[in-house]
Amino acid sequence: MKKGSTAAILKYIRPRSFPTPFCPGCGHGILLGAILRAVDELALDFSKMLFVSGIGCGGWIPSPHFHTDTLHVTHGRPVAFATGAKLFNPQLQVVVISGDGDLASIGGNHLIHAARRNVNLTVICSNNLIYGMTGGQVTPTTPRGARTLTTPAGNPEPPFDLARLVAAAGATYVARYSVWHIRPLIASIKGALQHSGFAFIEVLSTCPTHYGRRNENPMPAGMLRALKKNCVTLERARSLDPAELAGKTVIGQFVPEPAAPLATAP
Amino acid sequence: MEPSGWAKAPSVLRPGRHFLQGDEACAEGAIAAGCNYYAGYPITPASEIMEHLCRRFARMPGRVFVQMEDEIASIASVVGASWAGARAMTATSGPGLSLMLENIGYAIITETPCVVVDVQRAGPSTGQATRPGQGDVMQARWGAHGDYELIAISPWSVQEAYDETIRAFNLADRFRVPVILLMDEAVGHLRENMTVPDESPIYQRWKDVTRAPFGEAEVPPMPAFGDGASLLVTGSTHDAWGYRRTTNSQAQDQLVTRLVSKILNHGDEIERSFLHLRDDQDLDILLIAYGFTARSALAAARLARQAGVKAGLLRLTTLWPFPDEAVRHAAACAARVIVPELNRGQMLREVQRVAPQAQGYHKTNGEVFAPGEIWAAIQQELAQ
Repeated sequence: MKKGSTAAILKYIRPRSFPTPFCPGCGHGILLGAILRAVDELALDFSKMLFVSGIGCGGWIPSPHFHTDTLHVTHGRPVAFATGAKLFNPQLQVVVISGDGDLASIGGNHLIHAARRNVNLTVICSNNLIYGMTGGQVTPTTPRGARTLTTPAGNPEPPFDLARLVAAAGATYVARYSVWHIRPLIASIKGALQHSGFAFIEVLSTCPTHYGRRNENPMPAGMLRALKKNCVTLERARSLDPAELAGKTVIGQFVPEPAAPLATAP
Repeated sequence: MEPSGWAKAPSVLRPGRHFLQGDEACAEGAIAAGCNYYAGYPITPASEIMEHLCRRFARMPGRVFVQMEDEIASIASVVGASWAGARAMTATSGPGLSLMLENIGYAIITETPCVVVDVQRAGPSTGQATRPGQGDVMQARWGAHGDYELIAISPWSVQEAYDETIRAFNLADRFRVPVILLMDEAVGHLRENMTVPDESPIYQRWKDVTRAPFGEAEVPPMPAFGDGASLLVTGSTHDAWGYRRTTNSQAQDQLVTRLVSKILNHGDEIERSFLHLRDDQDLDILLIAYGFTARSALAAARLARQAGVKAGLLRLTTLWPFPDEAVRHAAACAARVIVPELNRGQMLREVQRVAPQAQGYHKTNGEVFAPGEIWAAIQQELAQ
């Protein structure tokens, strides 16, 4: 069986966990698959992996789907729970998967402190720019001007640049990709899983139900196309001036800076 | 598989007499109990526990100390470590306990053993950080949301700070529940002699990976992460194997009922109270007290005895679950009951539930009771 194939990753799925709770068009299923493909391609011992997640749609990516130890915790705190498990048993490979509201808003303090400590964790933030599970409220990563349930006239606040925030806090591996950029995303997850120290990947995901619907992009395919159109690689961004970069999202590996150029997006 | 159940562990500290502070004795009790994970955040008057464990753990391989970014992260990492197999503890004071309560609720629903020490100070809010209080009795009992039972223990001496910390770890693992050790500043900062025993009873966690970790048994087994149990741990309502059941009324009812009954069905193992100065005769007055206040109350009862008043003391060490029978039994032989507390009557109402004649005597000026104050309150009560 080909490593990383759909048939190969079914063995990591817990019985009784389908159908997934995700809405049609949600990007989290793509991320779920990408993580398991990375695990399979690296041939990691899944039974020695622990997946910790918080509250929200992103927290449901590993729990209950991943058929190994999973810890689904209180809102915002997965990084702190994961820190305890990892410090006590360094043999566990501990991965945090949660959303932007969970990790960047209520859990922002734990995120930057774990990055500062360089705890040996992999943290994957499924960033769909919105609180999905509670119905579509603004988050700290919602773009300025975007309409949400709690910013009906457009978001007046600027968002966090999560990848750069965590890099500034001291993380020793930082990358940002989207669920459209699936090959570089899987490669990056593999890099993060093999990294010794605090690794953070921001993964832009799609929420047609609560974000796209209110921002003139209600269809799943349209949201994926927008990711393709709005993302520019770090290498390309270096040759663009600020005006050309307005409204774009820079993707790539921020820390450590890659020695060779990454493969461009398909 | 490792054996579970009761065993004896030799003391880490040299057996015999030691002159220690209450906070230090609590830390040494934790070490004796096999505590191998501590996470905390500085706060007066509990910081000495953290400082002592930091120094001691540094020379003990396999024991992890970490200072976290706040109290929320401290209890979160304690719960994470407990699931990784640790005997885990944190210590704080009232303001920190307030921050920890959401995750204490998480520990309750996920049935995670852990010990939370609260060295109580005068509140509310920042209050008087270096002054004693007993204002967290109800916060400890009801601070987390939802319906649940937990265990809270209040030591009255440096000796009990050591002994009851060991007992707290054992009860936590025996019943898979967070145990709150409700010290107060006066006990935490008290220095006196205590005796370290040769060995202490230790309860080893039941780790059977073949049985459901969240049901079937009243207190189910708890394997650790990495044991191959593919644990599905969630703070949402769940079935016996951990699957979320967020709208199933039967699952919600079964879980809450078991979480409550696994504690209430075992009061004989959990409750601990002591009758002091009690002979076979009826009492003129019974004092009911806990923590440092019980020391003042015992001295006051002795003053009363010298004056010919038949006074006794029921000292509560386990506060939650509340020892209904012990209080009812003791109060049945006393015409009058006084409950002195360094709060405005938090335990008084619990006592009145089983002993309606009880009267409160309160002090909330940030100072402990002098024995004469309680003796004066006894005289006033007898004059009525």
